Amino acid sequence: MSSNDSIKKTLIVAFSLCIVCSVIVSTAAVVLKPAQQKNQALDVKRNILAAAGMLQEGASVEEQFAQITPRVVDLRTGEFSDAVDPDAYDQAKASKDPQMSTALEPAEDPAKIFRRAHYAVVYLARNAEGDIDKIILPVHGYGLWGTLYGFVALESDANTIAGLGFYQHKETPGLGGEVDNPRWKAQWPGKQVYSDGDVEIAVIKGTVDPAAANAEYKVDGLAGATLTTRGVSNLLRYWLGENGFEPFLENLKTGEA
Amino acid sequence: METVKETLTTPIFRNNPIALQILGICSALAVTSSLKVTLVMCIALTFVCAFSNLGVSAIRRHIPGNIRIIVQMVIIASLVIVVDEFLKAYAYEISKQLSVFVGLIITNCIVMGRAEAFAMKNPPLPSFIDGVGNGLGYSVVLIAVAVVRELFGSGKLMGFEILPLVTEGGWYNPNGLLLLPPSAFFLIGFFIWALRSFDKEQVEEPDFKMASHTPAREGA
Repeated sequence: MSSNDSIKKTLIVAFSLCIVCSVIVSTAAVVLKPAQQKNQALDVKRNILAAAGMLQEGASVEEQFAQITPRVVDLRTGEFSDAVDPDAYDQAKASKDPQMSTALEPAEDPAKIFRRAHYAVVYLARNAEGDIDKIILPVHGYGLWGTLYGFVALESDANTIAGLGFYQHKETPGLGGEVDNPRWKAQWPGKQVYSDGDVEIAVIKGTVDPAAANAEYKVDGLAGATLTTRGVSNLLRYWLGENGFEPFLENLKTGEA
Repeated sequence: METVKETLTTPIFRNNPIALQILGICSALAVTSSLKVTLVMCIALTFVCAFSNLGVSAIRRHIPGNIRIIVQMVIIASLVIVVDEFLKAYAYEISKQLSVFVGLIITNCIVMGRAEAFAMKNPPLPSFIDGVGNGLGYSVVLIAVAVVRELFGSGKLMGFEILPLVTEGGWYNPNGLLLLPPSAFFLIGFFIWALRSFDKEQVEEPDFKMASHTPAREGA
């Protein structure tokens, strides 16, 4: 038994164990990858539906998603584009690619995203007559611990919020993590975004006084999560502002997108 | 066969890893607020515990003493990653709720403890059974805690409504404390109390004897 402790034996055991284990782990990762990606894609669709307030429990997500069309928007011009495939396009990856994105000056980057991809995939929900019913926009921005990724859904007037939801974030559970709380998210539908062309919607500290003049632009803060809620305000200010989707929304309203 | 049965059943009540050894409490607090998530966690832990015991035991004669903990950790960690990948592929919603706690099985003291205490000294088959037994022992406590927490905390079991809540037009006013991790402490405490009232052998000798009061006139 003492030979077990020799350096040679130790190294042999360590190396062969590592090789066996890495084979097992990588086989599992490779074999299960397609199923995981399918789940993730389904989860994104579910989040899009949930953000728009269209998700019905029990019904098939794929079926419900049939009334939604993904379209690529060129954020530089605010117009629809066919430059990339909406199903295959990865905005997060494009944001890191200098060819596919623009660097942002700190002054014009309240959401601290550093680089903005040229293209974004927006989702248009149409009603039975084929008119646009809801516009679902992908948003992301820095919270307290990391980047929040989510969707904000607007009504067809491109001004009233239909819903908001984050599908990925690293905020503190119970504090900033409460951005997932359905009761908090329930406040968003019906709020207004623009006032005189400026993004006015913001999360405030404390609760909104419904009698206040600008109550339709304000959302209750989350107790103990000032930085997270500030992050939410900032990312909405950026993505709904002139460097984000505002030109696109303007074009959509005038029918020129 | 008698010993096989014993190895399997002893950890469930007589030598329960949570109730007697007080190991693996962390995940018992964190994942027990809903029964469905708890069941998945129990299966995951039982699987990891059984197969890590099997793996460690199979190569126990070749593990150098000075890197044995690392060897055990590598085996356990690999199994946990495999389990995590499986959950992501086939139980995506639950894996999102379990989040870090699947990964934290790696540091679960029960798995480590059984690998070091049992699998290093016993042949593969008994070690495997010991792993299953300890996984079941963990599961018994977790399921008991989860049933109480979900039933009285949110009026449901496995997501089905049992006690209609006041907020949804029923009569039951849920106990919010039960949904918070500290409540699991109380419940595990009660579980241990009940277990030790039945099986007096589990009661430990007190480290100190309580001395009787000093009479007042002696103190003065």
